[in-house]
Amino acid sequence: MSTIGYKSWAVDMADVGPIYPFQGWEVAMVVVGVIFWLGWHRIQYVRENEHLEKAKRIGDPEKVAKTLERY
Amino acid sequence: MDGNLNALTTVFTEFYYWVTVVIMFLIHVGFCMYEVGASRRRNHMHTLMKNVMIIPLVTVSFFFFGWWIYWAFPDFPLFGGLNYEAGAANLPWAQTMGPNAGDRITGVFWAAFLLFSWTAASIVSGSVIERIRSSALWLHAVLIGSVFWIIDAAWGWHYAGWMVKKLGYHDAYASGVIHAIAGGYALGVLCVLGPRIGKFAANGTPRDIPPHNPWLLTIGIFLIYTGFWGFYAACNVPIIAPEVIGGEIVGTTWTATNIYLAPTTLSGITFNFLMSLSGGLMAAYVVSKGDAFWTFSGGLAGIITASAGNDLYHPVQAMLIGAVGVVIVYNLHYWVERRFKIDDAVGAVAVHGYAGVVGLIIAGFVLWGAPSSPFEGYATINPIGQTIGAVIMFFVLGFLPGWGVSKIQSALGVLRIPEEVELQGLDYAEHHAYEDAKAAIIEADKAALSAKATA
Repeated sequence: MSTIGYKSWAVDMADVGPIYPFQGWEVAMVVVGVIFWLGWHRIQYVRENEHLEKAKRIGDPEKVAKTLERY
Repeated sequence: MDGNLNALTTVFTEFYYWVTVVIMFLIHVGFCMYEVGASRRRNHMHTLMKNVMIIPLVTVSFFFFGWWIYWAFPDFPLFGGLNYEAGAANLPWAQTMGPNAGDRITGVFWAAFLLFSWTAASIVSGSVIERIRSSALWLHAVLIGSVFWIIDAAWGWHYAGWMVKKLGYHDAYASGVIHAIAGGYALGVLCVLGPRIGKFAANGTPRDIPPHNPWLLTIGIFLIYTGFWGFYAACNVPIIAPEVIGGEIVGTTWTATNIYLAPTTLSGITFNFLMSLSGGLMAAYVVSKGDAFWTFSGGLAGIITASAGNDLYHPVQAMLIGAVGVVIVYNLHYWVERRFKIDDAVGAVAVHGYAGVVGLIIAGFVLWGAPSSPFEGYATINPIGQTIGAVIMFFVLGFLPGWGVSKIQSALGVLRIPEEVELQGLDYAEHHAYEDAKAAIIEADKAALSAKATA
């Protein structure tokens, strides 16, 4: 058994095609990949909203003034 | 790969594109440094993160659908349907989209285009610093990097694109397909996003917001110049036989070609890259009265203006075209800023967008009548086709989507950061966590030292 379809490299390279594991499952892998990508956007969006809401209220005017002076 | 010469050509081409990708990575490094240098200290980390995360987000979306668009859209939707046949090998689940001993080109060619995608998104990123939400920018990055620029590439930067066939559109090194569209897109976002607090005085006079770190900007733009070499090389097919092209070229002499498979040489574009850089730098120095950052950006704008025709121009033409472009975009930048109150933090709309548009139109005149393609029946290069092409790039595929999506984001309240956060800085929470942690550990160390002294 080999996940990439080859157990040895005793082959004619002219006959070799894809060499990654789980050939035939490409569509399923892409679906998982898209879920991962869109899920990342969702998590980031929610966290950024929460962060900005909190950040609106944490600014100590004196410290903010110092930050502005530092440019 | 049958035959050793074919094998060698294939492996050389594979390595050639791989090298261009590595060099082009410096463009993104340069953009990151430029943005951080231009931002104020209170926004550094968010500014950097905003640009760095363009890399994975555009990469995965370009893998999932951007690359397929390039192959499926050359005629779609105006002059035909989707080209499913050409697109099939470039779908994310195609067996050529991964390690495959029978295909040594798809991955590196995909990556070369992908690095252009990062560049398009990064151009937009620079102009909107210090007030856009990261989530909003990253949506725009995916849209311009994996949808709109690659549609324009299918139409006007593909040997069979309808703009090349019908308009004689010629844009060898991407004046329009990368720079005009990204500049137009940035302008669309900026129109909705609005200026940074303090950018305009009460009477509407624009204020300069100087860069926090001018040296970082300098290194950044020089890295962009460096990466641009890779960008130019990546726009060529390094070596190809006439019978492989299958067009009107006769004989057996192999050649390098541009993206349209029309002949050019790496040597020729090297002349023109440097001469247009020089023309841009010289003109920008004069027009800006020696302002360092406009001079450096002018070098970039000079290359961008000449890029549409830099496969064919004489080097002196490339120099003069670069110079003319810079004078136009410099004046246009300040006119637009005053007239429309546009706060483009890094001058990206001018350096990329206006320079790209001007470059396309100039190419239409200077290369008037030259073949746009080695294939029979294509329109020749002409000013009208180039001007229509410039409008499509800057306005139709650039400005309109940028403006429209930003309008929706603005209506939903997810485009711009709150005013309080803009004033205190996006890094405020992190800065204070750092300062508090620093103060606590210094106190702890002092207490330990004092306890030891008294023991």
